[in-house]
Amino acid sequence: MSRAVVHRALLWAALLLFAAWFLTPLYVMLTTSLKDMQQVREGNLLSLPSDPTLASWAKAWSSACTGIDCGGLKPFFMNSLLMVVPAVAVSTAIGAINGYVLSKWRFRGSETMFAMLLFGVFMPMQVVLLPMSQVLGWLGIASSIWGLIVVHVIAGIPSTTLFFRNYYVGLPDELVKAAMLDGAGFWRIFTRIVLPLSTPILVVTLIWQFTNIWNDFLYGVVFSGADSKPITVGLNNLANTSSSVKEYNVDMAAAMIAALPTLFVYIVAGKYFVRGLTAGAVKG
Amino acid sequence: MVRASWLPKLVVAPSFALALLFIYGLIAWNGYLSLSASRLLPNYEFAGFDQYVNLFESERFRVALSNMAVFGTLFVGGAMAIGLLLAILLDQKIRAEGVLRTIYLYPMALSFIVTGTAWKWILNPGLGVEHLVRQWGFEGFTFDWLIDPDKAIYCIAIAGVWQSAGFVMALFLAGLRGIDDSIVKAAQVDGASLPRIYWRILIPSLRPVFFSTLMVVSHLAIKSFDLVMALTAGGPGFATDLPATFMYAMAFSRGQIGLGAASATVMLALVAAIVVPYLYSELRVKK
Repeated sequence: MSRAVVHRALLWAALLLFAAWFLTPLYVMLTTSLKDMQQVREGNLLSLPSDPTLASWAKAWSSACTGIDCGGLKPFFMNSLLMVVPAVAVSTAIGAINGYVLSKWRFRGSETMFAMLLFGVFMPMQVVLLPMSQVLGWLGIASSIWGLIVVHVIAGIPSTTLFFRNYYVGLPDELVKAAMLDGAGFWRIFTRIVLPLSTPILVVTLIWQFTNIWNDFLYGVVFSGADSKPITVGLNNLANTSSSVKEYNVDMAAAMIAALPTLFVYIVAGKYFVRGLTAGAVKG
Repeated sequence: MVRASWLPKLVVAPSFALALLFIYGLIAWNGYLSLSASRLLPNYEFAGFDQYVNLFESERFRVALSNMAVFGTLFVGGAMAIGLLLAILLDQKIRAEGVLRTIYLYPMALSFIVTGTAWKWILNPGLGVEHLVRQWGFEGFTFDWLIDPDKAIYCIAIAGVWQSAGFVMALFLAGLRGIDDSIVKAAQVDGASLPRIYWRILIPSLRPVFFSTLMVVSHLAIKSFDLVMALTAGGPGFATDLPATFMYAMAFSRGQIGLGAASATVMLALVAAIVVPYLYSELRVKK
């Protein structure tokens, strides 16, 4: 065997070993969720269910206990949906307009403002938790889905603005100038010229915001009330509810339910998700 | 660039004002709370640096800081090392690169709560890995790190690295793809071996990507909260507390608002120390 073949074999062995390492937890989650507790005890982490059942999924969805409530994850899932749709839409729309102004209608101080805004992408949100809960109280939207939407929209403005601004910087200024000579104004240029060219960045931003807001736990646990808790909080409560018998199969089914929406988006549009990840890291 | 009139300014003004107020206004407000005598309720009586003195005298916060050092080193080091390795492996003209990349990166699409719940099951001493290895015939095998106060923090690092290594890979891979091919070809003509090309040419030219990745991953380490909450909830006792979980416990369940605000300010200072120089250099280079 030539050296090149050996090298190739070693390379593939390493690649597949890593693939196995990344996939194992998902495999364990899925197989565990399809077992009943007897199969969980008799088998092991890697064993396939001997008699697959969806009972844990049904229980996780509609009757598992999260603390003292025993209504499953369904209400939490609905809260997350109600929260994520408006929050993603509004924060993305604001980001598009801000990015348009910051790239094509710069004014004195706009660059400085952008730099100040950028810190919001990185800052630890712990510093805003205490004051924000007071503000939400004054506005009368503490412990409600509305409060969560407001927080997610404002907290999302720095990153959505960053995404659109960096994308629009790459659009030639001549497009805007030519349109102005034709007598088009600020809004007309935006809706007729800039927006139709924005599809890729729009998808990136929508996916990025959706994934982040769906997966958020910190705001969810701090700002929500009894009937506005998002799915991540529901899952955490479910998995940490102490009962006489720990039902790991139900925990795993619940984790899968919480993971499916973002996993689905990732599988369908992973390319755009990765672009968001790298755009969020490498600025300027 | 188009000369700005009043309209663009007016359009961005509300959202800018809101976001900047959210960031800097609330930071200042939190800073003031940290200098106040607040306990169960906000109390704006000025108390100087009392809360900070209490904070650094608190054993729990010291545990949180030393945990952050341990977790941060393992998490950042592990994710960077595995991420770089994966990027180099994937850079070898692999036919199934797209599929492998999708597999390596999918954990980033999951919530840390999902990851934490899954790893809690895998690492649990009853029916998890311990049970599996015993069934394989190693009867005396024990693996109880998750409930061992001295070792539980390593479990959090394992799950964290698992989640973030693919992200680091994506950044490094993008960096590798951005390097001019002709340098590599020239080195090959000179007879340089592949490891030598990576070590001497490619990895050094990844330096900017390396720093931005290091910055992003380290600031994630400081902000880590969800993963700990799902995996150990800071336990056993407060053995796996990190500053973020300490802040949450003090501010929202222990009725120590001033102390919580002070710990949040410490976190802010740590993140700012990493991020501000980076942002400054990024924005300056561009001009």
